[in-house]
This record gives sequence, structure tokens and C-alpha cells, in this order.
Amino acid sequence: MLIVRKVLTPLSILALFFGVLTGCSSNEGSILNTTDPKESTISILIDNQIEQDGIRAVAANIEKKYHIKTEIETRPSGVEGHEVIKTRLATGDMADLVFYNSGSLLQALNPEQYFVDLTQEPFINNVVNSFKKSVTVNDKVFGLPFGNALAGGWLYNKKVYRQLGLSVPKTWNELIANSEKIKAAGKTAVIGTYKDDWTSQLIVLADNHNVISQNPTFAEDLAANKAKFATSPAALRSFEKLSEVYQKGYLNSDFKTASYKDGVEMLVDGTGVQYPIVSGVLSVIKRDFPDRINDIGFFPQPGDSADTNGMTVFMPAAIYVNKNTQNLEAAKKWLTYFASSEGVKTFLSNKIIVGPLAIKGTEVPNNIIPAVKDMLPYFESQDTTPALENLIPLKGPNLPQITVQVGSGQLSAKAGATLYDQDVEKQAKELGLTGWE
Amino acid sequence: MNKLANKTYTYYFLLPAGIVYFVFFLLPTIMSLFFSMTWWTLTDWEFIGLENFKTFLSEPSLNIGFKNTLIYAVVTSGLKVILGLLLGVYLSSKLKTVGFIRSMIFFPTLLSTIAVGIAFTMMMHPSQGIINIVLSGLGIVGPDWLGDTDIALLSVALVDVWKGVGMATVIFIAGIMSIPQDYYEALKIDGGNAWHNFKSIIIPLSRPAMNTVIILSFIGGLRSFDLIWTMTKGGPGFSTDLIASIIYKQYQAGFFGLSTAGNVILFILVSALAFPLYSYLNKKEVDL
Repeated sequence: MLIVRKVLTPLSILALFFGVLTGCSSNEGSILNTTDPKESTISILIDNQIEQDGIRAVAANIEKKYHIKTEIETRPSGVEGHEVIKTRLATGDMADLVFYNSGSLLQALNPEQYFVDLTQEPFINNVVNSFKKSVTVNDKVFGLPFGNALAGGWLYNKKVYRQLGLSVPKTWNELIANSEKIKAAGKTAVIGTYKDDWTSQLIVLADNHNVISQNPTFAEDLAANKAKFATSPAALRSFEKLSEVYQKGYLNSDFKTASYKDGVEMLVDGTGVQYPIVSGVLSVIKRDFPDRINDIGFFPQPGDSADTNGMTVFMPAAIYVNKNTQNLEAAKKWLTYFASSEGVKTFLSNKIIVGPLAIKGTEVPNNIIPAVKDMLPYFESQDTTPALENLIPLKGPNLPQITVQVGSGQLSAKAGATLYDQDVEKQAKELGLTGWE
Repeated sequence: MNKLANKTYTYYFLLPAGIVYFVFFLLPTIMSLFFSMTWWTLTDWEFIGLENFKTFLSEPSLNIGFKNTLIYAVVTSGLKVILGLLLGVYLSSKLKTVGFIRSMIFFPTLLSTIAVGIAFTMMMHPSQGIINIVLSGLGIVGPDWLGDTDIALLSVALVDVWKGVGMATVIFIAGIMSIPQDYYEALKIDGGNAWHNFKSIIIPLSRPAMNTVIILSFIGGLRSFDLIWTMTKGGPGFSTDLIASIIYKQYQAGFFGLSTAGNVILFILVSALAFPLYSYLNKKEVDL
């Protein structure tokens, strides 16, 4: 009896303990429908800022065609979302399909460890070549680009431009001259929305075309620790432009606490006239102010010479396949449909196009909005440069804070660039790039 | 043997709690000490000695972080002690509405910090926020509470005080209530007035309550993160960064080893400030 009790006591305690533990855990992974062998379920993890109607339409067609159900999971956008991705990948609890940035952020994820190599898949041939580069790591293609590229540059209110008799600036000096006139007319020349600090980076990020056209090897040199922002005049110029906009008093008075949404409103009603931002904002304007979208135009951030005028382009995010997926075949079918022209059409059925598409053979509909029409000539004449983060795997995580400091006069351009160089250095070391030991 | 079993079997009942404590508290603490000395990607690690500590301590915004953390901790705990004591004295008197006012004061403590942060961010908006609208009605031009780098940290600290003063008040009320009536009677016989009451009885004899408030709010201030993150995200720029928000940003950037090293440093900092403070304050306590 005593022996029984001796064994039972610890056993029952253990049982109690594990009972408590298992009670706490819950299985949120995808559940395979095993009753019907023809049916399977694919889970896809996307950013919660993406409008889901396109992807839902695609999912509905895929379910009809292939009996593959799609389960959409969402995650926060921005850096917090990146954290969710990294943690879920590292712990092996990832959806079958993963929506994530291309370019430097993809490289930082170590894709060979987590994602399926798609180089040999037939649907990859449908991807436009310039896009393929941003999802390729060590000659392996990992992702299927999602949607369209975005341009970095300046949106402006065409009505006010007409009223004041201004023309689109081709050089930075012309931009400054325009801004002076706008300021003199009592309006906000440059909209600053630094509460959403990512928007403060745009003057620096969208300047990459000008940086690269003056210093063609800057990106490679930066990645190899041979060039710095603070000591390369062309790159330092980006920070100087940001600083100048503040020093000359072009910003709205509440630029430190205004949000992205406030900025859109200012631009649309014409109290603010020029807004350095990514073209993705156009879909917000089209949704919230459909009758004003024709008043909004776009020009790339001008450089110091009109001859090299061109546009900085952000590559689209992409869909990747989780290496640990149980449904590899279904996932490939899903992507094949998504990359087909029918899939693209379905995906875009209710959308406005805010940049060039990543999949070949899709005609751009002719009802595109004026601001996008302003971008197309640059794509046609190939006067575009990918954003720096699409060229090399480096983008210092503190850039938004640094650009807020430079853009609000707390730091000089030079000091901000130096601080950003330190930020880049930390990231390069963390990624183990060569040349940084 | 049987005797031994009889003596030790009770410890089995400690086992569940012990295991939980070990798995969820001790083990992570030991692991974080280890991982702070590695280059870590969550799946892979490489031992790099004290490199992370060196990098963390050379972080350009760290000076601001240390300074802000200390200012924040001192301001919030100081105000909570002063306001909490005054409110405690007021609310341990025999007012008719005392129950109502006590719940009013305590109410913010029950709210989620994130909700408080979001609400105050809206109220502190320079042109559309209710605070500045009221101020402009009184003819005062309100400052840009969260956008002005000189006062943003203090604005957040004030919100923290608003939220935390209820807890301090309750602790003070408990402390003041436990002072025996004899002292007040003795003072009355000696001809003391209300000020003597406060100075010679309430302050020295509510010392244990005061020490609890100081320690709790000081440690809370040192490792405070949620309110500052909801309200300013350490901005504008780095001007309201605390050590905890610097660590969080490094973690977001995927610098896992580095941010773990930061947490170890924060742990050492909190202990190095809190333990001496605690023993100093304890020495000054008197028996009732």
C-alpha cells in the first residue's frame, strides 16, 4: 500500500502539472481536413493593412477550381509585424504561405533556412525580371511578387499648382523656388507627418535615384563598408534636403504630431501642397476622397541636375512558401493560379493600380489615375532606380527616428548621417556581412 | 526509510509550484544571462563574449535613455508620493463623500495602460486635443505636449502619475488608518494643531506606507515601457527613449543577443538602484 502511495503521489502531481500545462497551450496552426482527400486548406499570413478583397476573390476561385480552401491570418504591419514573422519562423509555427517584404528585409530573414526554393517553378517565368532580383538570394528565387511596385517621391495638389502658376520641378532648386511661392501664398509648402515616423524617411529614401546617378557604386560600397552616408557627398545630400525643408520653414506647424491621415487630408483640401511620400498613399486617397483623386499629381524627388531626373522605386512585397509546410503541392497550385493572368485579373478587379505590375502579360487598365500617369514615363524611359533597401540588405532600424530628428532640427544633416552610419554598421555586423569585422 | 518518506513527502506538494517557478522564471533568467553573450537568431547562436554589452553601451541614444529613465522614475515616484500622501490624508478624514472620491481616485488604476495612452495622446494633440482647446478657451496657448522635445517626457510622466496615484493613495490611506488614535489624543492634550498632526504623527508613522510607495513606483518608473511606447514610441526622434524602449527597438530590429544584453544591463541597473534605496528607507522606519 505504501509503495503504491509512494509512486502515486509524484505521479499524480506530475499528471496535474501536465494537465495544467496542456490546458494552457492551444493549437492555432492550420488543421488539415482529412475527411475529404481532394480538399485541403492553405493558410496564408498577411499584413493587416492590406485590403483583403483581392486576395479573397483569388481564394474563392482557387477553392472552386482546385478544392483548396484558404485560411487568411493577419499580423500587424511595420516592425511589429516583422517581429511576428521572425518569431513564428524561428519557432516553426508558420502559415503555409507568408506575405513579407522583398529586398533587404527578405535577406535578413535567412530565406534558405525557412522558405522553399521556387527557382524551377514554371510560374516564376511570369515574373518581370527587374522584380525577380528583389526576391532572389544566392541565385535562388524564393518569392512571388505581390501586386505592384511603388514609387517614392512627392505628391502635389495640382489645383494649387495651377492657381499659383507653378510647374513641376526638375531640380531641387526649382522645388525650393516653388515652395517659397507656396509659402508666400500662405499655404503649407511641404507636409510633414512625423507622428507616423516612417513618413519622415521619404525625403532620404526617395533620393536614392539621385544618389546612385551621381555615385553609381554607392550601394555596393555601403554594403562592403567602403562608403558612408556622412562622407559621400551625394548621399549626405539626401539628409541635407530633409534638413533644408525644416530650416526654411516649409512644414506645417504641427508636423511633429500630425499623422499620415492628417497629411492626406491636408494634401487633398489644398492647405498643404506637396507631400513627400510613397505612392501607396494614392489608394487611400482614392478610397477616402474619390472625387479629389484627379487633383493629385506626382513628381519624383528632384536632384541637383535636371539631366539625371528620375524616380526611386520600391519593389513590391512577395509571397513565400514555408519550408515546413504540410501542403507543398497545394501551395504551389495556389501560387500558379495567383501568377496566371486570370489570377492577376481577379486580384486587381476592385483595385486601382498605383504602380507597375510584377507579373508579365497583364494589361494595365486605361482608367489609371493621373498621379500614376505621371509615373509611367519614367518607367518607359527606364529612368528609375530601386530603393536602396532593394539593392542591398541594409536599412538601419533607427532611420525613422533619425530622420525625425534631422527633419525637426534637433540634429544637423551631417550629425544625422553619422548616426545613421552607426546604425547601419550595427545591422551589418548583426547580419555578418563581409568587410565589417 | 519510512520515517524519511514521512518527513519528505510534503515537499512533493511544492513540486508543481516549484516547477512552474523554475521553468517560467529561473530558467529564462539563466538563459538570458547566457544568450546576452551570444550572437543569436533564435535558432542559432554563437558565443561572442561581452561584445553585445560593448555594443549596447556604445549605443548613441543610450545617454538619452539613461537620463530619461532616471528623470522619469524620479518624477513619477516623487509626484506619486507627494500627491498620494496629500490625497491619503484628505481621504482618511471623515468626509461624507469619501467613498465616492476614493473610487474616483482609484479608478484610473483599473484601466489598461494602452487605452490610457491612446486616450491621452488624442487629448494632448496640439490643435485638436481637448486639453489645448480648453486652455485656449482660457486664453492660454497650450504647448505641443508630445511633439515638443523639451516637455514630451514630462507629459508622459504626468499621465503615468494620473494613472498610478490611486494605488499610492490607497497604500497611504491604509498606512494612515493603522496609526493608533492614542497619538492624536496625546497631541491634542499637548495643544497641537492640524499641522503638528501632519508633521509629527502622520509623516513619521506612515513611513512604511511611504517606503512601499517609493519603492514600487521607483522600480515601476525605471522599467516603464508601455505608456511611453503607446504615446511617443520614444520620439520625437530619440527624445523620450527609455532604456526599455531602446531594448524593445533592438529586439524589433532582430538584434536578439544585443537586446538580451540590454535587458541584463537594465536588470543590474534596477537592482543597483532599488536595493540600496530599499535598505536605506527601511533603516528610517520606526515602530508604531
